[in-house]
Amino acid sequence: MTELTKLTLAEARDGLVKGDFTSRELTEQHLTAMEQGRELNSYIVETGEIALEMADKADHMIKAGNATGMTGIPIGVKDLYCTKDVHSCSASHILNGFKPKYESTVTANLWQDGAVMLGKTNMDEFAMGSSNETSYYGPVKNPWRATKENGELGTKDYVPGGSSGGSVAAVAGDLAIASTGTDTGGSIRQPAAFTGLVGLKPTYGRCSRWGMIAFASSLDQAGPITKTVRDAAIMMESMASYDIKDSTSVERTVPNYEHALTQDIRGMKIGIPKEYHMDGMPKEIEKLWQQGIAWMKDAGAEIVEISLPHTKYALPTYYIVAPAEASSNLARYDGVKYGLRVEGDSLDGMYKNTRAEGFGHEVKRRILIGTYVLSAGYYDAYYLKAQKIRTLIAQDFAKAYEQVDVILTPTSPSAAFPMGEKSDDPIAMYLNDVFTVPASLAGLPAISVPAGLSSDGMPLGLQFIGRAFDEETVLRVAHVLEHAANFTAKPKVWWGDK
Amino acid sequence: MAKYIQGATGEWEVVIGLEIHAQVSSEAKLFSGSSTKFGSEPNTQVSFVCSAMPGMLPTINEECIRQAVRTGLALGCKINLRSVFDRKNYFYADLPQGYQISQFKDPIVGEGVMEVTLEDGSTKDIGIERLHLEQDAGKSMHDQHPTQTYVDLNRSGVALMEIVSMPDMRSAEEAGAYFRKIRTLVRYAGTCDGNMDQGSMRADVNVSVRRPGAELGIRSETKNVNSIRFMMQVIEFETRRQIDLLEDGGEVAQETRQFDPATGTTSSLRSKEEAHDYRYFPDPDLLPLEFTQEFVDDLAKSLPELPDAKRARLISEFGVSEYNASVLVAEKENADYFEELLGELARKTGQDKVKIATQAANWVIVDLFGALKKLSKPITDSPVSIVHGAELLALQIDGTISGRIAKDVFEIMLESGNGPEKIVEEQGLKQVSDTGAIEAMIDEVLAANQDKVEKYRGGKDKLFGFFVGQVMKKTQGKANPQVVNQLLRPKLDG
Repeated sequence: MTELTKLTLAEARDGLVKGDFTSRELTEQHLTAMEQGRELNSYIVETGEIALEMADKADHMIKAGNATGMTGIPIGVKDLYCTKDVHSCSASHILNGFKPKYESTVTANLWQDGAVMLGKTNMDEFAMGSSNETSYYGPVKNPWRATKENGELGTKDYVPGGSSGGSVAAVAGDLAIASTGTDTGGSIRQPAAFTGLVGLKPTYGRCSRWGMIAFASSLDQAGPITKTVRDAAIMMESMASYDIKDSTSVERTVPNYEHALTQDIRGMKIGIPKEYHMDGMPKEIEKLWQQGIAWMKDAGAEIVEISLPHTKYALPTYYIVAPAEASSNLARYDGVKYGLRVEGDSLDGMYKNTRAEGFGHEVKRRILIGTYVLSAGYYDAYYLKAQKIRTLIAQDFAKAYEQVDVILTPTSPSAAFPMGEKSDDPIAMYLNDVFTVPASLAGLPAISVPAGLSSDGMPLGLQFIGRAFDEETVLRVAHVLEHAANFTAKPKVWWGDK
Repeated sequence: MAKYIQGATGEWEVVIGLEIHAQVSSEAKLFSGSSTKFGSEPNTQVSFVCSAMPGMLPTINEECIRQAVRTGLALGCKINLRSVFDRKNYFYADLPQGYQISQFKDPIVGEGVMEVTLEDGSTKDIGIERLHLEQDAGKSMHDQHPTQTYVDLNRSGVALMEIVSMPDMRSAEEAGAYFRKIRTLVRYAGTCDGNMDQGSMRADVNVSVRRPGAELGIRSETKNVNSIRFMMQVIEFETRRQIDLLEDGGEVAQETRQFDPATGTTSSLRSKEEAHDYRYFPDPDLLPLEFTQEFVDDLAKSLPELPDAKRARLISEFGVSEYNASVLVAEKENADYFEELLGELARKTGQDKVKIATQAANWVIVDLFGALKKLSKPITDSPVSIVHGAELLALQIDGTISGRIAKDVFEIMLESGNGPEKIVEEQGLKQVSDTGAIEAMIDEVLAANQDKVEKYRGGKDKLFGFFVGQVMKKTQGKANPQVVNQLLRPKLDG
């Protein structure tokens, strides 16, 4: 039998419907690959039994002619999603052993459509990180390794990006057809770029946040991580829904995103924000961006230089707003109700012991930042000002979309970096998010598409940012770029016994 | 009129502000579908949302919003068409989220002014600063285990309205009148049951003192006072304590205090330095709350007649005295009982309501309220129905029984639950108005007391009452006193 793990989601869907193979076969092959790929540490929990049950159910659906785009597709689920009776801890020790009695809306949508859960994927603790090095369950390794000057594959471990590091490593390493990610400031797009995958963060409000363990409520958004743009379109349609249980989800019909993939972008206006040419940005990133612009032109789009003047404030704004919300969102992890409890000689003592042991360094750092910026006397100078700038950033985009249909930028200022390289330097780490954060603050849909390789053979991505609720345009241009880039590279398998 | 307090070194003025927490009457909690029923087994009314499970989100219960708007309208305050829910962050074991969802900068209800009536009949305007919605916390139970505290989350997430006054009150009496009026209004509006013994209403009491006309003094805040009587005790105690402190050359500390009902005193809970920094910020899980003026107008139309309007109507329409009207409208159920009774009585006697309203009001306030108080029963559970009450009054008005007999009949009604007509019939209590029979009895009395007749005729007018009494005695109180009077006088006067 062919290696079913190599299939794209669309190919797997077509093969399942045609009866070339069953979901059980597809799932079993993935479970085997997962076993061999444990070195990547992309899964925290493997749910093989559940997967096979779901696969059998999916096979019945397919036989009965009730298949949807996701039926029978084995996927990884980021540990941040609450999945009923299955480990859901956001990769934090403080939720030690927590198994919810409820299913998040997004995963419930996927299971409703017949998708198959392979396991819970690793991530930065509470989605705080850009390298997946902050997980309580250890760092995730990027399936990609840099090529040495002599052309041989290096032996150094690289980060997969974060926070959805496990989700991308699983898909890039062919341990899942696709996976769910979540994006607060770039946590889908940056890791997708680091691993040669497509990562789509939809408009804020497109997916329900109900049952997603909150990091920063005004920014968190679910989205797919896939091998191709078409796969992203198929999976997005299943994940998106209006949900009365989430006051911030938006009541809008979910279109058939796959229909948006027409390959026709003639006459479309594509904005190039001049503020994204950053000092010190590697030349190859700039070069890739220029290449992307050329591909768009070749496809008949019109390139328009635009200005997003408040871009330089986006990163500091994000690192005020997100920690502020996180400091409050994470207050519920206090040892009283669920998860970890470390006893103390008083209630305060128990709180201190539990939170000291339960949270990792990065989470503590952000709780402290968030507590600080909300404190009496600092609120106006930090939180309130950040909210005002956030409004200005959103206005920058609104103004730009009077001129253009979509905006093209790099996804990340660099390719994946070696493990440990930035883990002691939070500022350097935060800079990873410089291109992804503005769209998050404005709540806009954005996608990262693999567009090329760095000089040492690591994947690089380009990002499209669209108008609110215009995921269709974002997917359409991404599809064109994907076609032009013809990115076919795969990581050489160095893990397991291969 | 300013009421100053005499201290050892001169006069002082007390300044009082109240934050009243009123539990919204609603089936479900503010942000979850869990029930709000009082007195259920611990932790049986707890959803994933009110236990703050990971990934759970609040969604607004619209009925709680309507209740807050109704309350704002009843209090005569400005309704804000846009308001914002904020998070108030602090740690406590019975606060599962680690924050309380409240309203900080933009409350649902804004300013208003409320007129209260004081005991001497004077009135006073007291400003209301705002009303905002917030979640209640759970309950910590410290008496269930020798070393551990148990937490009951049934109350967690129940909707509260916090009604904040201006510092406009100048005596415990004014504060009492203000609190009572708010309680009356929320009960009329049906937005809070006002059951203080179940914790449905409680107050944080802010007290400071100053020299008349001086700047505001430093205040203390006494938390969670759960009766009007206790609140007045807090004010009296704090006033005295602060004046004594200042007169001894000390300073009042800005602090949070607690009240001990056993001793009637307050003690320090935490100082300003220990005060929480609540780090308020808009709750990103909830959109700003926006509604239209039509929404407000519809709610205004659905409000019942409020006590001030009702009081004015009882006075103008039925000629009820101001005092009686005030007493009757204090509880909507009382006013309703009275009005229904009056209607029934008018129908029965064919008399104009104006003529009989005072008698009916007096009976409700004196006889019925007295009996209910003795029985500790609310009027809604009155052992005397409106129909029976009206029957009893009708029997007096048509002269079937005297006022004195009516009191006896009322006692029997309370005990037996029987109707007054039946009681009067069975026990032969009908008033004797037969002039022949009464005349015969008068003659007997006069014949038996010739000496006193002589004295009366000699100028001792006061003996008239003696003769009336004798006649009444002979009839066991059943003689119609008016008839007795009419017949007796000419006979005595000769």
